[in-house]
Amino acid sequence: MEETKAAIERAVPGAVVTVIPNASPSGQHSLLIGEEHAVAIGTFLRDDAELALDFLSNVTGVDYLDKEIAEKVKVTRRVPKAVDGAEPNQVQMVEETVEETRKHTQPGYLEAVYHLYSVSKKHGPVVIRQRTANRSDQVELPSLTSVWRSAEFQEREVFDLFGIVFKGHPDLRRILMWDEFKDYPMRRDYVEPDDFEYEPTAHDQVLKRAQEHEGRV
Amino acid sequence: MSAADTKTERVGAAKPEGWNRPPIIPSDDIEGEVLEVAMGPHHPSTHGVFRMDLALDGERVIKLKPVFGYLHRNHEQLAQNQTYLASMPYTDRLDYICSLTNNWAYALAVEKLAGQEVPERAEYLRVILAELTRVQNHASTIGFLLQEMGASGTPLMYAFREREKILDLFEGLTGSRMMCNYMRFGGCRVDASEAWLAATRKVVAGLPAFADEFERFLMTNEILMARCQGVGVLKPDLAINAGVSGPMLRGSGVNYDIRKVDHYGVYDRFKFRVPLGDHGDIYDRYMVRTLEMRESISILEQALKDLPGGPIMDPKAKIRNFRPKAGEAYGRIEAPKGELGFYLISDGGPNPYRYRVRPPSLINLTVLEDMCLGANVADVVLIFGSVDIVLGEVDR
Repeated sequence: MEETKAAIERAVPGAVVTVIPNASPSGQHSLLIGEEHAVAIGTFLRDDAELALDFLSNVTGVDYLDKEIAEKVKVTRRVPKAVDGAEPNQVQMVEETVEETRKHTQPGYLEAVYHLYSVSKKHGPVVIRQRTANRSDQVELPSLTSVWRSAEFQEREVFDLFGIVFKGHPDLRRILMWDEFKDYPMRRDYVEPDDFEYEPTAHDQVLKRAQEHEGRV
Repeated sequence: MSAADTKTERVGAAKPEGWNRPPIIPSDDIEGEVLEVAMGPHHPSTHGVFRMDLALDGERVIKLKPVFGYLHRNHEQLAQNQTYLASMPYTDRLDYICSLTNNWAYALAVEKLAGQEVPERAEYLRVILAELTRVQNHASTIGFLLQEMGASGTPLMYAFREREKILDLFEGLTGSRMMCNYMRFGGCRVDASEAWLAATRKVVAGLPAFADEFERFLMTNEILMARCQGVGVLKPDLAINAGVSGPMLRGSGVNYDIRKVDHYGVYDRFKFRVPLGDHGDIYDRYMVRTLEMRESISILEQALKDLPGGPIMDPKAKIRNFRPKAGEAYGRIEAPKGELGFYLISDGGPNPYRYRVRPPSLINLTVLEDMCLGANVADVVLIFGSVDIVLGEVDR
């Protein structure tokens, strides 16, 4: 992996490549590539005589939710305190260390994962990934369909189910869901819609859930 | 009015307006309208749940857009909401013709994720079942192709006669003809009895005669050759670039068989050849499948001969409370339709964090438009049939 990373950095100046280790026994580590040079990196991986990763096998998306991280921090601050031995009303500033819980939100992101093999050299897989900045408004990534045609339907599927918008894709439409569908069903916070066609007169559980959805309970 | 005219003219018949107009001879100069046709989802060749939006110039295809999703059930989300083992029966429903290879691909991916070993006997049983699956899949695919060519019924029934024998074997071992649910992480579910192995040997011994018969009837059939040769050509560089796999890729002359490349299971112990096509047309894909059946039969004979004894489950394998360590793995096999892969991410919990199926059927359809452009509408049916897809896997 480190060798591939070095080769990419030699061939594509300015490319941002990070090795993402994989703790599983499969040992399939991956390379996180920056979106600015993604197409150049893809072209290099495909055309390089040594790597010759001409076969893009699998493209998929992964969703990571926003994470609320609570960490305990030791804070030292000066507090006024009555000191023994001094005058009864005299207050002195004393340094005190307390433990405080601080919460902050780590923004989630969407990931596009590509598994590459080489048909001519018969090696692989080399796994590359791209990450979006967040899950809501900055979900654009460069499409690699211009490098490998096999990404055409698979990137459409990732767009359909995860909502990653691939810039430069020739035909980015929904592929499995119908065109009028609004949400992205493979996201981890996806909630099923309540207006099921098979439930024309919603009752009991379905009705309760619909009301909860609208905040009417 | 001459005498000759009166002879042919019936008494009292009025001549219609313009009866002696010169005939219209169609030529290339005539500009017609482009006709847009939705072929499917009810067209018999599209398995009932697939649509191709065609734009036709006369009889020629000038645009083809496949439309998917009629059978979409979000298999991946279902699998992420249940334990690893609970997804095993669901994989049967992906490519329902070849449930055992689906089982194997999923088991292989999970074994990679958790670092599990598989006992030798289980590996041999997996090979036997996968190759039986391949034989029946290729036989029925050729049968369906001929059915779509107009050979109504007969070749398909020959193929199904053989498939029935193999499905009976599946039922004898796993309890189900098509939804086998047989493989487990680290082995197989039940052991094969001596009686079952004897029955399998008998079926396998009969397969070469079936392959001979099938070849004799079809290989040099004039109609098959006329309809298939030079039609739906797929160039090897496009095939690789578009991620095409399986008999489609090898029909275009690319030597890439995952059994040979990855050596998963115990495939490095068997002698078999990889048939390759020359032209990349429908006929080559048909021929590759025919020859692959022969190689599968040869693997079956070797595997049945060398089948070792021993356990069929790794004793260290954990069935209950199975939680692989956090990490990810991509496992793939050479399924009859192409490269079937499973991509799994574990976060250490009982359910997979991410579960993805790499469906060969869907990705092989990427090049459908390229193969069909310029072809006649009647050929679209054949080209589509030669891709060999199952919609349960395309739509998931």
